[in-house]
Amino acid sequence: MLEALGTVLSWLNENLLKMTWLNDLVGRLVQDVLGLSLTSRLGTSIQFFIYDSVKIFVLLSALIFAISYVQSYFPPERTKAILGRFNGVGGMVLGALLGTITPFCSCSSIPLFIGFTSAGLPLGVTFAFLISSPLVDLASVMLLASIFNWTTAIAYVVMGLLLAVLGGATISALKLERYVEPFVFGTHLADAELPELTRRDRISFAREQVADIVRRVWKYVLIGVGIGAVIHGWIPGEFISAVLGDQNPFAVIIATAIGVPMYADIFGTLPIAEALVGKGVGLGTVLAFMMAVTALSLPSLIMLKKVVKTPLLAAFFTIVVTGIIIIGYTFNAFGRLLV
Amino acid sequence: MMEIKVLGPGCANCNRLEQATREAVQKAGLEASIEKVSELQEIMGYGVMSTPALVVNGELRLAGRVPSVDDLVALLKRG
Repeated sequence: MLEALGTVLSWLNENLLKMTWLNDLVGRLVQDVLGLSLTSRLGTSIQFFIYDSVKIFVLLSALIFAISYVQSYFPPERTKAILGRFNGVGGMVLGALLGTITPFCSCSSIPLFIGFTSAGLPLGVTFAFLISSPLVDLASVMLLASIFNWTTAIAYVVMGLLLAVLGGATISALKLERYVEPFVFGTHLADAELPELTRRDRISFAREQVADIVRRVWKYVLIGVGIGAVIHGWIPGEFISAVLGDQNPFAVIIATAIGVPMYADIFGTLPIAEALVGKGVGLGTVLAFMMAVTALSLPSLIMLKKVVKTPLLAAFFTIVVTGIIIIGYTFNAFGRLLV
Repeated sequence: MMEIKVLGPGCANCNRLEQATREAVQKAGLEASIEKVSELQEIMGYGVMSTPALVVNGELRLAGRVPSVDDLVALLKRG
């Protein structure tokens, strides 16, 4: 019985998430229609590009739709009310968890920060939320499962949440409240009744989210897939493994340093990650790269600068970077057990 | 006359909501004043964290999304 279930699940995974049939189909197209060998550089790059972009856009749309529907039950106003009832570590864990399901865009981060802080939420809880929110979201977890496997996806979630909770705890322990801009505490967030949503509203919300996110990220996805295709077909494996491979002890640090200034959605980084893993780069190095790209970005730091002073911003930055590097090395040490 | 406020600190979606609201008002043939509110203090005064949001005659009707023009027409016609 269990075995049958396992077979069904792995069939679903292969066909719906990994879409191995699509890869074969594109492979045939490249061979028969374009007349390119799949062992040639151009052939394999084109196959990777077409297969990966189609797969990511299909999965992205389906996942964002389903997840936005769920998210419509957790607007930040409700998250704030829930978090207000908890303190200490419990609050930070909950903050990190709610960060994964509260719909969040970087343009809302300022009102959100002010709302949380002025409502009296501890700084540690707010930062646990702010770290986990871009880092771990349900759609990216499903895509990770599609590209790697479920164990990797779950390990990523656990590590991401851990980073958020520990980051929040550190910020709380450092007592940095005085580095919050004073006007934040003076701003009053009214307790408003949010309009009740009908099922129809939630469905149109989900559809709007798909359109909005596709419009926002398609460039990054295509660029990401393009870079992935180049890595896949053109860059020699020896070069990549010399820079990012296991024998280079600085691999994780290099990957993080490359990732931090990059500003892209997790969907754009996945194809690059996929291609790097294909070239034998350690899982920890790849995850560190992805986390660095998504968790920290210049635009979100500039936004945060409006509400917090430099020491707090620097603490946030340092904690997240250090956390990512530790996670990377941990995964490289134990990752072999996962893939 | 209807009094509509579009709340948003000036992100892309806020501008889209303002645009869609203007179209919806015209389409529904309503008489309305549309004001853009980008002052954070005032936005938070409505209890809103997820922008953009829409306030009609002082009542919060929409937060954190940009509906289609037709949905907005329906929303506005409900008064």
